[in-house]
Amino acid sequence: MNSVHDIGGMDGFGPVEAEANEPVFREPWEGRTWGMLFTSMPMIALPLDALRHRIERQHPVDYLAASYYQRHLNNLENLLIETGILSSEEIESRVTRLTMTPSQPVPRLEDPAVAAGIAEMLKAGSPVTRSISKKPRFAVGDKIVTRNLNPHGHTRMPRYTRGKKGVITAHHGAHVFPDTNAHGLGENPQHLYTVRIGSQELWGPAAASNECVLIDLWESYLAPDASATKAALPVKPKSSRKVAKAKAVKAKAVKATRPTPKVSKGKPARTKVAKLKRVAQPKVAARVSKPVRGKAKTTRKKSR
Amino acid sequence: MSEHDHDKSHHHPRPLSDAAARAKAIESLLVEKGLIASDAVDKIVEHYEKDVGPINGAKVVARAWLDPAYKKRLLKDGTAAIAELGFGGLQGEHMVVVENTPRVHNVVVCTLCSCYPWPVLGLPPTWYKSLEYRARVVREPRVVLKEFGLEIPANVELRVWDSSAEIRYMVLPERPAGTDGMSEAELAAIVTRDSMIGVGKVASPAR
Repeated sequence: MNSVHDIGGMDGFGPVEAEANEPVFREPWEGRTWGMLFTSMPMIALPLDALRHRIERQHPVDYLAASYYQRHLNNLENLLIETGILSSEEIESRVTRLTMTPSQPVPRLEDPAVAAGIAEMLKAGSPVTRSISKKPRFAVGDKIVTRNLNPHGHTRMPRYTRGKKGVITAHHGAHVFPDTNAHGLGENPQHLYTVRIGSQELWGPAAASNECVLIDLWESYLAPDASATKAALPVKPKSSRKVAKAKAVKAKAVKATRPTPKVSKGKPARTKVAKLKRVAQPKVAARVSKPVRGKAKTTRKKSR
Repeated sequence: MSEHDHDKSHHHPRPLSDAAARAKAIESLLVEKGLIASDAVDKIVEHYEKDVGPINGAKVVARAWLDPAYKKRLLKDGTAAIAELGFGGLQGEHMVVVENTPRVHNVVVCTLCSCYPWPVLGLPPTWYKSLEYRARVVREPRVVLKEFGLEIPANVELRVWDSSAEIRYMVLPERPAGTDGMSEAELAAIVTRDSMIGVGKVASPAR
């Protein structure tokens, strides 16, 4: 979605201010929020892609005004309410009570078995590489153009990189596709590539010629760069036989790069999504695509 | 054990901020309902405050500076080479290490959120998560680096890595002059977090 989280290339923010010897968590509640996010995951049961999408869907004004941990706290609260684990009323009444009696301690529940499992969970991580039978469409060195895609749902191709020419610099195998995974519509793994896009392509001729962005993009975000194929054609006059041969080679090459019906054309996994919708958690999908508005507004008012 | 034993160094503001009250309310309710374990929350806080941090990445860098074969493995398969030193896991499942040289300077960002290689660098500093850094470093990297006190000569190629997928990037900084004969531990001690993100260089040790 084209929301305010997608800020690469935006002007007006001022200088970056770094702080020396900054603590990991500035205030204890940041650490507790972080810890609760991890420990609540089993009951919330949403993939990281869905959590990222929920943060993007926070109201733009809230998103910009909130700190990183405030965004996570808002997200956690909304998730617990939406999954029916806590009610908005009980949270509000407890907040009021704690604000009046701030010294009241948080009750404790010890569960050494769960605590012991945390280290393993962190160590194991959750790899997103998958094995797929489909051959990669692109190879290192291929010239591509990023598609101009503007889905309303989750996507990981930032606006500033859309519709740009670039070169594939690495192929990383198949990775879970966030655009569907975030919506409970399946992992649909796709080949993932690092694409190099020159700064002048991104920002115009005023940019430096020796600067570039390298970004990881999924196969359905990319198309072959047709202009590059054209430029690569022989320019010298050739004998009619050679020309005929070149034409045959070109036709073959075009055929090879033309998307098969299975490859999505500009609308990532739309057909696959439609098929998957019936089986994959329609409830979650419906919930996730609703904007987070009401709650965001109250939080905004309160944070001021 | 009191609720805040996990961190005695922080100032506790009174009255509670809205965020603090909300986090406390949520934790209290989840504990009362038996839905989360307090010691599991402690464990996560402790892990990110103590177990992971830039010192892990610094050990990787020091090893790469001393052992050319290790450096080769590190640049070829970051995840596996980093695992050799015992680091890996959440948000470090797919590591790529990029090398800074006199001709190429690399810097890492996540413009869409704040993706960062936790097992080797810990949790990101506030500036890495800031709107300022995320918005600007892809567009005017030299200007942003200058704000960190790092001047990249015009003839050096500048590569900005935008972590849009689950690949996590770490920069292998240049080994500074005046470090001949230093041990791996001594080298690791001079490697900074910023040099592994690419917004700094490792300085020669003071004599």
